[in-house]
Amino acid sequence: MSYYANMIGIIKGTLIGEAAHLVEITNLSKIYHTAHQEILALDNVSLSIKRGEIFGIIGLSGAGKSTLIRCINMLEKPTRGSIIVDGQDITTLNKQELHQARQKIGMIFQQFNLLSSRTVFDNVMFPLEIAHTPIKQARQRVGELLEMVGIADKARVYPDQLSGGQKQRVGIARALANDPKLLLSDEATSALDPQTTRSILKLLKDINSQFNLTILLITHDMNVIKQACDRVAVISDSQIVEVGDVLSIFSNPGTPTSQSFINAIVNKDVPEEYTDNLLRTHSDKYSCLIRVAFIGSSAGEPLISSMIKKYDIDANILYGNIDRVKDIPFGNLTLELIGEREAVDQSMEYLKRNGLEIEVIS
Amino acid sequence: MGEYIFAVNAGILGSDFWTGNSWIIEKVLQATWETLYMVVIATALSYLFGLPLGVILVTTEEGHILESKGINRILGTIINAVRSIPFIIFLILVIPFTRLVVGTSIGTVASMVPLTLAAIPFVARVVETSLKEIEWGLIEAALSMGANAWQVINKVLIPEARPSIIMGVAITTINLVGYSAMAGIVGGGGLGTLAYYYGYQRYEDLIMWVTVIVLIIFVQCVQMLGDKMVAKMTNQRR
Repeated sequence: MSYYANMIGIIKGTLIGEAAHLVEITNLSKIYHTAHQEILALDNVSLSIKRGEIFGIIGLSGAGKSTLIRCINMLEKPTRGSIIVDGQDITTLNKQELHQARQKIGMIFQQFNLLSSRTVFDNVMFPLEIAHTPIKQARQRVGELLEMVGIADKARVYPDQLSGGQKQRVGIARALANDPKLLLSDEATSALDPQTTRSILKLLKDINSQFNLTILLITHDMNVIKQACDRVAVISDSQIVEVGDVLSIFSNPGTPTSQSFINAIVNKDVPEEYTDNLLRTHSDKYSCLIRVAFIGSSAGEPLISSMIKKYDIDANILYGNIDRVKDIPFGNLTLELIGEREAVDQSMEYLKRNGLEIEVIS
Repeated sequence: MGEYIFAVNAGILGSDFWTGNSWIIEKVLQATWETLYMVVIATALSYLFGLPLGVILVTTEEGHILESKGINRILGTIINAVRSIPFIIFLILVIPFTRLVVGTSIGTVASMVPLTLAAIPFVARVVETSLKEIEWGLIEAALSMGANAWQVINKVLIPEARPSIIMGVAITTINLVGYSAMAGIVGGGGLGTLAYYYGYQRYEDLIMWVTVIVLIIFVQCVQMLGDKMVAKMTNQRR
């Protein structure tokens, strides 16, 4: 039975040519009308989200990211543009069709938004009631979901008795109840401490890889992007200013907005009084302060050490860190190179030749 | 009058006091029953109509799930209009309607009509206040799952506001106890009639005082019952 269903699914998929993109946002604009003025919350936003990826949208508060994610399930009605989710333009649906479509788009929230009048079990039951799932089947599904998010022991408890992390697990179970194709995460970890954030993001990543569930999350925290996302879009002043792989944005941010988000979590700046001091003490020799960024494989090679030997200069390591973005090492090092001017220049060339990004600070 | 005071002074501690005044107990008991009956039924009826009106008031507001400026404004205006009429005047105004409904304007059943009519807009506002305490996020969460307006009302708004709604029922009941006394003055029956005819017109101070005490106890009980139910509900949720 399921074999045939699968076959039919596959045949259908090939015939229709299931698009690689689950979500296709085209020229989306949203204008809010207040009594005295018009506020442009989204300005001609276009974005594509691939099936099975975790896509992050980062922006400061007021940048429009919240409006954007709310447009995708029509909690906000866009002023212009189209949003195609799984081949269906969400913006053109009538009420009934929209209710149906929303059942296949899960959403989790910063404030969890669990019903205080229902137990954990009944909270997860809620979307199944809405979809008129037969009760026996629904109860079984709730059991599975609670097991999956790791709070099966709290089934009979009311949300007020749970910690933030547990509440969000209930939120995730609830959002997944109707087997959505897409999960929207509206700052889902912003009310949680860093450790709980990590565990929730890990859960989302597990669900993503286990069920190939596409996740779209918005956040103002680059750590969240770094820990969970495959791709990221940076939103600033109602516009998408940059889209790309998380790693490439981290190593080579193309806009000041992206740069500032990265700086917030990757400390690259050497304190000023320190650099002043340094330059004074070596006034007799040429010295140069550089920042070296390295990604992936080059992180493993002893390039600095061989540079010192090769060009006979001194290198003073002032600051360094290594991070991981999606399991690829990524880091930066602030170095003071001291020696003959020519040797210093040559050693910088050497590092560049070996694939490192170099920025001269002073 | 003098004789009565003498009777009170001499007899209140005496054994023959209660046998001599047993008619008072009988009267008060019957009037208490009438008041109880009148108030409870009027409260129930006023919620039957007032609760849906309160829901409509909230959900037809701008940006809410059944946004409709027209309905919201019309309903709000009617409610304010009825609420601005003093009850004692309202009682008399609706007499023709009362006659139409129950065939008479005197007695316990007849008083339920103005009591219910006056309480409906009150209940609508009380329910409105309760429903507005609910965070918008909860409604949004339900909408995001594909809930329709009825499901939002039935599964989110009312269950979430239930403790607050029950407090509202206690407040309404207590209000109606006061109203029922006014209805009593124009022949509505219950403790109001008793206090008015015997206490005020016949100078039977004892009846007046007993009535007052019964009313105090009654109101205390209603409030306590409401508080207990709410406490039970919120404790369960915590």
